[in-house]
Amino acid sequence: MLPEALQQDPVAAALAARFGDAITGGNLNLGELTLEIDPARIVEVGRFFKDEQKFEQLSSVTCVDWHPREPRFEVVYHLRSYERKLVIRLKCKVGAAGDVYAIDSLYPVWKSADWYEREVFDLLGVTFHNHPDLRRIMLPDHWKGHPLRKDYPVHGYKYSYADQQ
Amino acid sequence: MAELETPVVPYLEAPNTDAGSTRTMTLNMGPQHPSTHGVLRILINLDGEIITKAQADIGYLHTGIEKECEVKTWQQVVPLTDRVDYLANLSNNLCYCLAVEKLLGLEVPARAQYMRVMLTEITRINSHLIWLGTSAIDLGAMSVFFYCFREREEILRLFEFFSGQRMMTSYFRIGGLALDAPRGWRQWIKKFLDVMPSRIEMWENLLNENPIFKRRTQGVGFISVADMLDMGVTGPMLRGAGLKVDLRKDKPYSGYDKFDFDVPTQTTNDVYGRYLVRMEELKQSLKIIRQCYEGMPEGAWQADSPKVILPDREKMKTQMEALIYHFKIVTEGFRVPAGEAYAAVESPRGELGYYVVSDGTAKPYRVFMRTPSFANLQSLSTIFAGVPIADSIASLGSMDFVLGDTDR
Repeated sequence: MLPEALQQDPVAAALAARFGDAITGGNLNLGELTLEIDPARIVEVGRFFKDEQKFEQLSSVTCVDWHPREPRFEVVYHLRSYERKLVIRLKCKVGAAGDVYAIDSLYPVWKSADWYEREVFDLLGVTFHNHPDLRRIMLPDHWKGHPLRKDYPVHGYKYSYADQQ
Repeated sequence: MAELETPVVPYLEAPNTDAGSTRTMTLNMGPQHPSTHGVLRILINLDGEIITKAQADIGYLHTGIEKECEVKTWQQVVPLTDRVDYLANLSNNLCYCLAVEKLLGLEVPARAQYMRVMLTEITRINSHLIWLGTSAIDLGAMSVFFYCFREREEILRLFEFFSGQRMMTSYFRIGGLALDAPRGWRQWIKKFLDVMPSRIEMWENLLNENPIFKRRTQGVGFISVADMLDMGVTGPMLRGAGLKVDLRKDKPYSGYDKFDFDVPTQTTNDVYGRYLVRMEELKQSLKIIRQCYEGMPEGAWQADSPKVILPDREKMKTQMEALIYHFKIVTEGFRVPAGEAYAAVESPRGELGYYVVSDGTAKPYRVFMRTPSFANLQSLSTIFAGVPIADSIASLGSMDFVLGDTDR
């Protein structure tokens, strides 16, 4: 459901009219509109924003790790509309299903999701269903682990300080 | 001197029997290719001279800056942002500072805003000079490269004069500037403003009507506007296709709405169009710098916020609060209220955005950099498909990416 504070916002209201049940939360802090979307509905919502709300660009896809909180990951999308001179933020909370964290890919809607989702997969280990070419992009293919996760040490696993006094 | 042995190259005696067949060749370009402008690897499938498929392979310059940001205090992240796009360092400083200032609710004084605008515009000229020199040398115009680097040297000396550093300036800080502008800055900027218009004219004389340059660039590097929007391409590439988009106009930040300038566009949507757009941007940047130079306000160059800004040295000797704040800021850094903010600026390459998340501590919880080079480079496969391999070099230069910016 759309929070009270967002009833006046045109973008949020338009989404609520079509996909009211897909909205799980949202806020309008610091002049930035954030909408929390049910991860199962992200592709429909993305298509709605692109085709009907004139958000031509998926500006970026990223992810925040809230370890050890559950659901652990928050996939963050920034959409830009040049025509309306607007940026909005969509968020999906992705929890564990077994030991896999997965969400649907937005590649069928915006092609720019290609590399951005590969980056999130590489550095945070979130899998994107229906992505055409999901493999590591920054790190070598044989790399173990996902460095941007909060339980991955900053210095990596290469050095051990355990045997030092 | 011992005589060098000529290595014996074994070669096949048998004639090439499948000449003229439909066999394609895979060519590995980079990561150390001179015209990839950094460590970019491109896998190209060739049918004769025509590229059938191209795939960019990035990550050779991945440094994990986003991870490192999470263990630094908010202010300590500023020098890291320089290293992201090392040709547009001050644009990165500015974007990060704007994002954190948004979270802190800091109001930056007018003098700092003008200084920031002036120096980011000089950064734009600096970055465009590298692009002009390197993309021209790829097409065989060597003299342009030398002229560009001569002027760039002057800009680097100007940066050194302001900040003490030539490239990694870190001159902008959260809440304002690192230092006030040094004495005599007006003479430097005046000299810069006097010299540059004639230099830009010289480069244009070398290239604008150069028949070789025009033949190599006109009608080359086409990509449809719909594809560009779909792939997240921003900046001069979009403007070269006739879209009048510029964040400085669309969503003014750091006081850009006070300045009078145009957003140049071209409709040709080719390498030559992008070249004309960037050359016009050089002139518009000079126009903005001149307005900063003439209208530079006096007064404070840091925000009035004792919890964030280090106190004045003299105050520390007389006031206890100043000493306490100094101790707290230096030992543990300042705390930023929990929340998230996204700030975007128009960097020389396109939309540069910083998405920062705070959990209320003295260190960022997450810093994500939406870098223009990363998104622009995604369009490479589309631009390269179906063009001769010689044209690909021209298109590559016109995309103007920096691999540090791509890989982070």
